[in-house]
Amino acid sequence: MGLLSKKDAKLITDPLADNNPITIQVLGICSALAITAELKASLVMGIAVLFVLGIGNVVISLMRNIIPSKIRIIVQLIVVASLVIIVDQVLKAFAYELSKTLSVFVGLIITNCIIMGRFEAFALGNGPWKAFLDGIGNALGYAVILLAVGFFRELLGSGTLFGIPVLGDPIEKTGLYSTGYENNGFMLMPPMALIIVGLIIWVQRSRNTTLIED
Amino acid sequence: MSLKNKLHIIKEKYKGTKMAPAFNALHTFLYLPNETTHNGTHIKAADDLKRTMNTVIMAMVPCLIFGMFNAGYQHHLALGTIESAQGFLGTSFWTWSNLVIGMWKVLPLVVVSYGVGLAIEFVFAIIKGHEVEEGYLVTGMLVPLIVPIDLPLWMLAVAVAFGVVIGKEVFGGTGMNILNPALTVRAFLFFAYPTWMSGDKVWVHGAVERDQAIAAGQNLDAISGETILGSYAQGQEVVYSVADMFFGIIPGSVGETSKLLIILGALFLIFTKIGSWRIIVSTLIGAVVMGLIFNGVVDAGWIGSSSKFFGLMSVPFWQHLIIGSILFGAVFMATDPVTAAQTNKGKWIYGFLIGFISIMIRVFNPAYPEGVFLAILLMNVFAPTIDHYVVQGNVKKRMKRLKVKTA
Repeated sequence: MGLLSKKDAKLITDPLADNNPITIQVLGICSALAITAELKASLVMGIAVLFVLGIGNVVISLMRNIIPSKIRIIVQLIVVASLVIIVDQVLKAFAYELSKTLSVFVGLIITNCIIMGRFEAFALGNGPWKAFLDGIGNALGYAVILLAVGFFRELLGSGTLFGIPVLGDPIEKTGLYSTGYENNGFMLMPPMALIIVGLIIWVQRSRNTTLIED
Repeated sequence: MSLKNKLHIIKEKYKGTKMAPAFNALHTFLYLPNETTHNGTHIKAADDLKRTMNTVIMAMVPCLIFGMFNAGYQHHLALGTIESAQGFLGTSFWTWSNLVIGMWKVLPLVVVSYGVGLAIEFVFAIIKGHEVEEGYLVTGMLVPLIVPIDLPLWMLAVAVAFGVVIGKEVFGGTGMNILNPALTVRAFLFFAYPTWMSGDKVWVHGAVERDQAIAAGQNLDAISGETILGSYAQGQEVVYSVADMFFGIIPGSVGETSKLLIILGALFLIFTKIGSWRIIVSTLIGAVVMGLIFNGVVDAGWIGSSSKFFGLMSVPFWQHLIIGSILFGAVFMATDPVTAAQTNKGKWIYGFLIGFISIMIRVFNPAYPEGVFLAILLMNVFAPTIDHYVVQGNVKKRMKRLKVKTA
């Protein structure tokens, strides 16, 4: 690794698996449940959080020595809120339909525990380059889970991936549907997202038993 | 060599290996083991968990057999090939041709339910390295009784897998589960495949096929069988007599229609002390109270006949007990000893709320034509809380008594 030292690389790879913000720290669950019925929404949400967390971490890290600790939460909120407004406006301008699907959840990135968590736990105590890598890593870890959940929910719930039918046409009864297969409506409801996240956590912990805490 | 000895030898051969629990389960399912403990005082009793489960299954068998006859009868009746049976002992009801159709449709449901469920139980037992748990014996019988007759088998298989894994195994297996696995299966089916679980097409065998044939251009009459609850909810006239409802000659899920046989099953469970009469009675009281409240509202004229709730609210309170599946739920579902409240006082509260909420959902939520399974699942979740407060209340009472005495 020429570009990144081993320590820096760990900042990105750790949150992808063994320190994943969703499956290990169990943060940011609300949005993971709400918007993962479609892959497209999951992807956009992942990118939005990547943008906000990457830049936000750098900004907070640069300001870390001048923020009075008594009002640091307010400062952090202002930074996140400004970044989220940018994301929201961009989505409204260029992907209006999608922004309607995501509705309040773009705005709610402000309260996403992952973001505040990384600001508090990492950006306030580390330099901008490290903070940037940490932000990217955690946002990617979040996005990976979102995409995994979205993949199962969209495939089993609507029979499509990114809106493209992959199992045939449910009305014309082509492809898999000709055998009597039907879409699982439960997959489109938020409880199923919770169960899928739970199953991912189950698989992850049974593969790496050091993660099991009592 | 007898089968028992053969099983014993096989069991000994696999002792200590990974597969041991599977063979052990087969052996003890059929026979009492030969081994006894040698020292200390032990009570030897044959009514272990397997016998308990089998007793419940025996209580359900009449419902299952009746369900077969009824499935065939409703099918023939809808096709117009037989006359109405005119009562429980009607000659056109207890016929071979009804039974054959019923068996043809119901037995696969039973086989799939047991096959998938037990396979998962065995796999989990082997992975975890403990004995196979008997919990699925009753669940496997309940599941076919609470689904519509024409449910596709693969859907049942998926739902059973979900119910056993998510409803039971993730919590640690039999005895540790919070939710009733059979009802988890039904809830999964209900939310995943609503078109197969409600409406007027699914309760009579052949109605869906007939619809598809008509859609394909064949000149046939559509057949349908609306449940009584469905008819009330839509303000239609109910064509079934009270006797039909009680004896169960009506469309509905496979095994829940005959109230007579459910009552017989209930008596059997109460007599053998396996089902809790407190839960059964309190559930029915809860349902009656809610029904009386609704009747009172209608009598007082607080609700106009134009309201969409009028139809179901004006159902006489006692009729709520013999339509839908409240009785089946009260007898076979709510009494599940694992998921119900454990304390006596807790059982009264638990049962009462099940009945109360069941009728409330039934009347107020048109999207859920029958609320019994939702009410029981909800109270399953609250059962530990109820127990906690009952126990705490008792502790407080006794502390008080102690203080008075010592003071």
